Amino acid sequence: MQVTMTVNGEEVTKEIEGRLLLVHFIRDHLGLTGTHWGCDTSNCGTCVVLMDDEPVKSCTVLAAMAGGRQVRTVEGLEVDGVLDPVQEGFMQCHGLQCGFCTPGMMLTARALLDDNPDPTEHEIREAISGQICRCTGYSTIVRSVQWAANAESESPVTVGGAS
Amino acid sequence: MQVPAPFEYERATSVDHAIALLERLGSEARLVAGGHSLLPMMKLRFATPEYLIDINDLHDELGYIRVEGDEFRIGAMTRHRELLESDELAAAFPIFRDAEKVIADPVVRNRGTLGGSLCQADPAEDLSAVCTTLDASCVIRSSDGERVLTMHEFHRGPYETAVEDAQMLTEIRIPIRPNGSSAYEKVERRAGDWAIVSAGAAVWMDGETISDARVGLAAVGPNTTGIGAISEALRGQVPTEELYATAGGLAAEASRPSADSRGTEAYKRHLADELTRRALRRSVARITGTNGQEA
Ligand code: FES
Ligand code: FES
Repeated sequence: MQVTMTVNGEEVTKEIEGRLLLVHFIRDHLGLTGTHWGCDTSNCGTCVVLMDDEPVKSCTVLAAMAGGRQVRTVEGLEVDGVLDPVQEGFMQCHGLQCGFCTPGMMLTARALLDDNPDPTEHEIREAISGQICRCTGYSTIVRSVQWAANAESESPVTVGGAS
Repeated sequence: MQVPAPFEYERATSVDHAIALLERLGSEARLVAGGHSLLPMMKLRFATPEYLIDINDLHDELGYIRVEGDEFRIGAMTRHRELLESDELAAAFPIFRDAEKVIADPVVRNRGTLGGSLCQADPAEDLSAVCTTLDASCVIRSSDGERVLTMHEFHRGPYETAVEDAQMLTEIRIPIRPNGSSAYEKVERRAGDWAIVSAGAAVWMDGETISDARVGLAAVGPNTTGIGAISEALRGQVPTEELYATAGGLAAEASRPSADSRGTEAYKRHLADELTRRALRRSVARITGTNGQEA
């Protein structure tokens, strides 16, 4: 079957099998390996991408189901050579160590801040609660998101924001 | 790598279209909504449909929470996130928000739906317990029209419902009754996991006494058990700790848990007892405006 969707602002059309999962479509058919693939059972959240601006676990969505929708992966966070404040925050606050969970964490953070520009620590922890990090103990991830929230409230004009 | 067995993908654009596709494709066709129950089953090859009909485009038609007359009507495509965020639903039935907070995680809740949860008919599934507790009814549509079933009629057994070939669950209806409230209690091994045991309670009062009460449990037996004996024991009584203990005892007795990595039978029975007490206590506290802590 054929599927057409918009990935990071660009329309793509591919011939696929109906059973192809979105995570494999993104990684293997589009070569966007920034989206990671871990547990395969919708537990770890490393495969999170945004679909119509909402975080979803791409190991549990069929590529076909994303047809006609807007998908945003970690590669789509940077706009015109400018890092998203969330990416900047992860850099500034050591929001990652091995980096395996990071793409999913950053996309969930992006969706959270688009919805709620000034989240409490509890709201940040709740938002990422479906995603596992085995390195950081989460504290620096929370701080990274807070950094991004602050940066965006100080200079809202430069923000990439929702796609 | 877990990959579903091959199937043909179809996308429905309306309820009528979905039913027409089901009629044409026969008993090897399955509907997929959020996909967070069915796709994992397909990845493990526990489910191997030949045709998969994607109904996510029906969210406009079947994603709603509204009051009509003396009942809430909730569309089958209403997602967990919408159930969690609805203030109207939380005001009428706090049990929904209690339960939704502890169902999976926010990312999964962006996809999973009420209808999908009920149709999966997993004995440990929380919304089935919620709907049983609230005496919900299920609207099933086919090309011949609609029929309305109680939860008891709807759930035929584990993973089995009254939805036949070429039929579709479209709506859940919940009766609104005055002077009532509800609560949900769940114990899980880690945040977002399936319940070890959970218990829902709904209570209605007439002055000082309980006019009616219902308890529904999850993960303690083949079906999400609504326990009639508890309702009988509570009706006409003034709520006390002794009364909650009686109800808890009945819940433990009615439970048929199996031992697994989540706990022994005895532990699960203990939870059925304790969580029933807590859910009843909290429901009553929500009606009377007290704090709901153990006396
Ligand atoms: S790979 Fe998707 S949740 Fe772990
Ligand atoms: S940085 Fe290693 S898993 Fe999160």
